[in-house]
Order: sequence, then C-alpha cells, then structure tokens
Amino acid sequence: MSVAAHGETLAAVSNFVFPNDFHVHWSLMIVLYPYITGLVAGAFIVSSLYHVFHIKALKPVARFSLLFALAFLICATWPLLNHLGHPERALSMMLTPNPTSAMAGFGYIYSAYFIVLLLEIVFIFRPTVVALKQKATGGMKALYGILSIGSDNVSEKALKVDHKIISFLAAIGIPMACVLHGYVGFIFGGIKANPLWATPLMPLIFLLSACVSGIAGIILTYILLMKLSGKEIDVECVQTLVKFLWGFFILDFVFEMLELFSHFYMATHHWHTLETLYSGPLFNTFWVAQVGIFSVIPFILLMFMSLIRFKDSLLLFFAPIVSLMILIQVLLMRWNVVVGGQLMSKSERGSTTFHPMWLEKEGILPAIIIMVAPVVILWLIGKVLPFWLDDEVAEAA
Amino acid sequence: MIDIKKEIQKDRRAFIKNVLSGTIAGSLLMVIPAGAALDERLPEELPGMRGDDSPFTKNKFAFIVDVTACIGCGSCCVADKNEYNVPDGNYRTWVERYIIDDHDEVFVDSPNGGLDGYTKPRADIPNPVRDTFFVPKLCNMCEKPSCVQVCPVGATYRTDDGFILIDKSRCVGCGYCIQACPYSVRFLNPISRTAEKCTWCYHRVRKGLLPACVSVCPVHARKFGDLNDKTSEVYKLLREPHVISVLKPEMGNQPALHYLGLRREVV
Repeated sequence: MSVAAHGETLAAVSNFVFPNDFHVHWSLMIVLYPYITGLVAGAFIVSSLYHVFHIKALKPVARFSLLFALAFLICATWPLLNHLGHPERALSMMLTPNPTSAMAGFGYIYSAYFIVLLLEIVFIFRPTVVALKQKATGGMKALYGILSIGSDNVSEKALKVDHKIISFLAAIGIPMACVLHGYVGFIFGGIKANPLWATPLMPLIFLLSACVSGIAGIILTYILLMKLSGKEIDVECVQTLVKFLWGFFILDFVFEMLELFSHFYMATHHWHTLETLYSGPLFNTFWVAQVGIFSVIPFILLMFMSLIRFKDSLLLFFAPIVSLMILIQVLLMRWNVVVGGQLMSKSERGSTTFHPMWLEKEGILPAIIIMVAPVVILWLIGKVLPFWLDDEVAEAA
Repeated sequence: MIDIKKEIQKDRRAFIKNVLSGTIAGSLLMVIPAGAALDERLPEELPGMRGDDSPFTKNKFAFIVDVTACIGCGSCCVADKNEYNVPDGNYRTWVERYIIDDHDEVFVDSPNGGLDGYTKPRADIPNPVRDTFFVPKLCNMCEKPSCVQVCPVGATYRTDDGFILIDKSRCVGCGYCIQACPYSVRFLNPISRTAEKCTWCYHRVRKGLLPACVSVCPVHARKFGDLNDKTSEVYKLLREPHVISVLKPEMGNQPALHYLGLRREVV
C-alpha cells in the first residue's frame, strides 16, 4: 500500500464544512453594496469624460449622470446599515476607527466623495437654479435659494469662475471615484483567509466592472427616459457611450478571466478549492450566466455595435438590451464574488449552499426596495433639477 | 381568658412571621454564597493568577491540543456550551473526526460540532480503515490576528498576555472578522447580534482556573498554561523535541494554539 503524496492526501472525498461555515454571513445586502457604489463610480466617470476629457458627444448625459450618481450614492449606505447587527453603532467606525481596518475607511471615503459630488452638482446647476428660482414660489423658491448657495450672479465672469471650480471638482472626483470603488474591491481582496477574494487584482476588477455598470446604467436610463418623454435621442451620444462601454468591458472581462486563469495555471493548493467551487456550486451562476450569457453575448454585440455603423434604429434597439445584459453581468459578478467566496468552507474540503429568502431582514424584498429607492430618489431630484439641457432651453423660452 | 387567647394568637403570628422570614433568609443564603466566592474556594490551578489585579498579566499563555490523546467524547464541547450558553448551530469549540481508508482517502465529519460525542462508527467508508483520529478545534489566539486587523471599530482586540477578546458593547456586527478568520472559529451570536468566539475562558484564567474544556477533558488532551512558567507542562512540551505544529502556518497568523502529533491531513 503506497502512501499518497502530500497534496493528494489532502484531496479529501468527503464534503466537510467547518461547523461555523454553514451560514453565509454576507448575503444580498453585501452583494448590493458594491453594485450600488459601482454604479455611482461609473456614472461619475461618464460625467468626467465630458467635463475633464472633453468628449463633446457626451454632453447630453453629462449632467444627468451626476444626478444619477447622487441618487445611488444616497442609497449606498442603506444595504450596509440593514446588514449590521448593530446599525446604531455604525458611526463608531468614523468616531473611533481602527486604523488597520479596511472597512473603517468607508465612512471617510464615502463622505468625502459625497461632498465632492454635491459641490459639483451645485456649481454645474447654479445658472439653471438661478433661472428657476426667479420663476419659483414658496418652498421651491427657498429650496432653489439654498441650491444657488446664495449667489444669483450669472455674469460671464462668475460663470468662468464656476467653470474652473467644476473642472477642478471633476478632476479630483475621478481619483476619488476610483478610490471609492477600488477600495470596495480591497475590502474583499485583502482577506487572505478566502482564496477566491485574496487577489491584488480584486480592486482593479471591481473598478473596471464599476465603470462598465455605470456606463450601462446611463445608456439604459437615458434611452428609457427619452422614449418615455417622447424626446429625441442623441444617437451620437449613445454611439459614443457604447464605444466606451465596449472599451471598459474588454478590460473588465479580460481581467476577470485572467484572474481565474492565473489561479488555474499556478495551481496552488487553493486552486483545488476554487476548482470544486467553479465546477460545483458556482457552475450555473458563473460559467453559464455571468460568463456564457451575460459576458460573451454583450461582448460580441458591443464589438459589432462599435466597429460597424449600425442604422440608428438598430443601434437604439440593441443599446438598451446590451446595457441591461451588462448590468446583470455585473450584478452576477458581485454575487459570484461575495456569496461564492463564502460558499467554500475554510476547511478546504467542502462547500455550503445559500438560497436567499423573500421576506427575511436581508432577503430579496428588502434588496428590491433598496434597488428601487435610488430610482425614486432620481425621479424626485428630477422634480427639482432638470435632467436635460433642452428642458432648460424650453423653460427659458 | 380572652387576653390569653389574644396572647397566643400574637405568639402564633410572631411564630409564623419568624418561620417565613427564616425560610426566605435561608433560601437567599443558599443562592448567594457568603464569604469567599465559589472560584476562590476551588484550588488555584494556574499559579500566581490570584492577587494579580493588573489589567494585563505578565504571562504568556499557550494552549496545546494532543491529537494522539483525544477520544472524541465531546465533554469539552458540552462544558463549553454550558459555560457560555452557546446558541445551537454555533460553535466556540468543536471536535472533528478524521478517518483515512487504505486507499488514502480522507473522510472528515463533525456532526453537531462533536457535541454529542462520537459514539457510533461511520458506516459510509467504502474501504478498510487505515487510521482514525480526532482533532479538537478552538480559537488559535494568533500573535498576528486577522480578526483584530479588520475589525472596523476595535471591538476585537488582543490583550498583552495574548488573549483575543471581543467587546460586545462595541461590536457593530458587520461580520468582517468572521470572514477574516482563517480558522472559522467565529460566529455571529443571533441573540446579541455581535461576533463571538472562544476566549480560552479568560474569566476563569484571571481567577486562577483552567479553561472549562481543559478541566473536563478525561484524557488530558487539552493543555493550558503559561510559557513564562518553566515548570508548566506547556512550556516543557514546546521546549522538548515533540512533534508540534500549528494550523495553516502559511497564513502567517502565528497561533498560540499548538497541536501535539498533528497529522498532515488536518486543515
């Protein structure tokens, strides 16, 4: 009877899960948290492409994407607060933070980003707000008064100063958006105990998928809102967004696959655990859904849409479909990383299962409410600040 | 005559009053022990711990589990569950059963964390069994603890004498420590909604008593002591040429929990 090599002996046949590993602690709420912050970071990048990098074609959505980012940013903490065992102690993370904890940085990064985003919106909308204030009455007049930060000066000189401030805010906003989401990736990437998470590529993959989801979100909502209100869609703008979506998605998808391939190629003892995970509990959500349906199909579609000049109607037909598919791809990626990583037991010998319930505290219904909330908030914001420039022109006339 | 009757009734009343108050006082005395506290009436098991009121002792504690001695009775798990009222389905300590067949296949299980003891052999092993052993698990009390590193509010901390403890009144219940622990010794207590884990019975140790699991182990498979005390068993075991290892050394956490005769199959 020969004794097997060390590695072989470790390859146990029994599905053994450590007794404390049956329960998945980070569930839907922690899937939504990086998803929402990703949408915020991505939408901000769209706005910055116009304001900083002067991609003129994106002018129609440049302002809207900031409001889109704000609506989602307002809700970014909701899933976290709902997840915490003691949400009433959440502020301790900012008041008495542990400097070695990645999580302790969230409050600061989030608040700083919120301030920058809010300031940028205030300065970009100031001329609009000043015009609206003159027509408004009562409560709305007061609100516009606050939003105009007490200055009705819309002279050319004042607007020039505004413009400088906007460029500065947009410029510092880009690294901040990258930090916000790269950091979310690090929350997972810094956990050495979990072989699926512990990779230096994690912040990069999270950041790229954030850009992808943000651009896709903007394309989808822009086309939908325009169709709903019967306004004319700027095809040039959609075409440009699609090209950027393809560019970011190439990087995103390639790095996602490279990360997996590196694990496979290096084949450390972690690969044994990951292999059983990807071929077992994650086979459907990862290989079939995330990679097969929602990555390969949009990838090919985006390639054709970017390389071949589609007829306008065809472009406007495929753009929302491909955007929706990309949004689902990113959500699946968050699920496969967050939940998938916890399905493997740290025993390296087995995996547990997870099925979200509808009505539990962190269940499907609360998740839907949290995802619908930013849309409602966006609609409310739309009541105060006009999304589109032509609205403003119409109102002024 | 009437006066006498009155007197008797008075006495009766007083008698009943005395009996009642005596009963209440007596039962109270049985509940609240007078004089020395219970733990001080027990002999000191860790020398020098009593009378040390400093926040952290100067000791360097270590825990050694003798894998070759454990019989898988589950007494340690029962003692632990009783000591801490651990909610069902969560485990501060548990015992794993390893079975290796003659095809070198490893079968591991730990039904109910070994709380009920391993009284029956596994029936689903296809080949003749080559070897079998039990591995008790508990907090590794790492020198470089991942849980302390990631806790956003500092609710999990390391004492100078090497205990990793949790301040329940500060824990926000985010679960980050549970994700970070390479040994899966942590869980979220469903009642307090805070993180919880084995403390090596810090409250007993500070009163000179051994951890509950150590004191109930019938075969002395769990050993606990101070490495600064050169007469302690743990000091001698770690100094002498024994087969000693820690779990997942590649994690770099440097556990203070050591295993005597640990097998390579154990993760």
